[in-house]
Amino acid sequence: MRSDLDYLVPSSVEEAVALRAASAGAAYLLGGTDLLPQMRAGRKAPGQLIDLKRIPPLREIRETADGGLSIGAAVVMADVEVHPAVLGRFPLLAECIRTVGAWPLRQRATLGGNVCNASPAADAAVALLALDAAFHVVSAEGRRSIPAGSFFRGPGQTALLPGELLTDLVLPGGAAGFRGRYLRLSRRKGMDLATVGVLVGKSSGTAPDRWRIGLAAVAPTPLRVAAAEERLEAKGAAAAEEAAALAVAACRPISDLRGSAEYRRDMVGVLVRRGVVELG
Amino acid sequence: MTEKDGKEGCGDGCPHGVSRRGFMTRVGAGTIGLGVAAAAGTAEATVHEIPPGEPHRVTLTVNGTTHRLLVEPRETLLYVLRERLGMTATKPGCERGECGACTVLIDGAARYACLTLAVEAEGHEVTTLEGLTKGEEPGAVQRAFMDEDALQCGYCTPGQIVAAEGLLRARPDPTLEEIRTGMSGNLCRCGAYVHIFRAVKKASVLRKDAGR
Repeated sequence: MRSDLDYLVPSSVEEAVALRAASAGAAYLLGGTDLLPQMRAGRKAPGQLIDLKRIPPLREIRETADGGLSIGAAVVMADVEVHPAVLGRFPLLAECIRTVGAWPLRQRATLGGNVCNASPAADAAVALLALDAAFHVVSAEGRRSIPAGSFFRGPGQTALLPGELLTDLVLPGGAAGFRGRYLRLSRRKGMDLATVGVLVGKSSGTAPDRWRIGLAAVAPTPLRVAAAEERLEAKGAAAAEEAAALAVAACRPISDLRGSAEYRRDMVGVLVRRGVVELG
Repeated sequence: MTEKDGKEGCGDGCPHGVSRRGFMTRVGAGTIGLGVAAAAGTAEATVHEIPPGEPHRVTLTVNGTTHRLLVEPRETLLYVLRERLGMTATKPGCERGECGACTVLIDGAARYACLTLAVEAEGHEVTTLEGLTKGEEPGAVQRAFMDEDALQCGYCTPGQIVAAEGLLRARPDPTLEEIRTGMSGNLCRCGAYVHIFRAVKKASVLRKDAGR
């Protein structure tokens, strides 16, 4: 960590964006559960930390006009996973968040920070992809919305431009009602990254049923497998085997200390099949 | 409420007089000092000066006591608790938010002190293991850990006890599953988990009996 590090606490989004625009070497700070270890390891060396946690609108969960939900970037995961609207309408998000780190970590780690860190193993990101979330960002140039599907570009790489600030993550009302399972393999239940994560979601509110298949830790970014979803929507749960094969074809795993690429690929097939059969 | 200048640790200016822990800290420091002097011998000792960042004046509330300190933005709460305030119950482990040895309560919830900058803790209530005892009298969770033999080497134990306290404040009567979830952020390399879970259950009973 730089010895001349400075710490700034803006009280509004506009102030934060102005501070960031004024200093090229600054970084936004949310929970810091990724950023601070990266700084200690020397992998990142910002000159200033702009702490966003004291900006009130970033700490809110709000209902949106279309029946969706806007989750402020600075809301900690522990608050998202127990929020009644999340549990009632978007339980897939809570299902994924509950597997991140451990309870004390989730008291600190934010949903916004999790997506900006863009880990290929980001459990919460899989749910946001599956639920067609939109990420609202702001910079000195103005505001824009980035669909979750085009936000993740690679390990640690996102579609954010330098200086852009993620204000909130918006779940559309149309994505309400999906239920399902996040099947996650790791060496230890708490405090370990996923070796493989598979989200299987289903919504029975319409005919035919809608399906969602998301994958973590088996590609450079969290993935959604549209081909598998379409197959399930056309043929129902009877197509579990085909959906599993399509997910296996879509993943691009690497071998690392958590597992080999071959193991990961096999497990994607097993877990997709298992999830689809379970949801029937 | 006492106010202390951050320049002095809990050493000589400690308002509590010489505690057992304070005594040991000072003896330890003295030993290290002698070691350096002996090793330096006749040669001039090299001192590496690290230029500090602009220090921030912060007010930290730890165990109900207000401390006014000058801290550098890069200093973690863990560092400031141990090295500036001399409160060594909070243990450094992985220092990257993976082991839980440094667990403290912030506004009553278990959090990792290694992942919190001291400047961020301003305006929040910090509680450390020292705040869970009355002098040398152990608190309910500590009593339960002793009764249930919930440790071997003991290094993770302060963090385990504080995490258990945080869990019991949120859920005074947790199920085994809730205990396992609540304690999942604290690693024990000796593998005393079964005893730890038992101790947390026992602590919930002791706390109830104590009327808390």
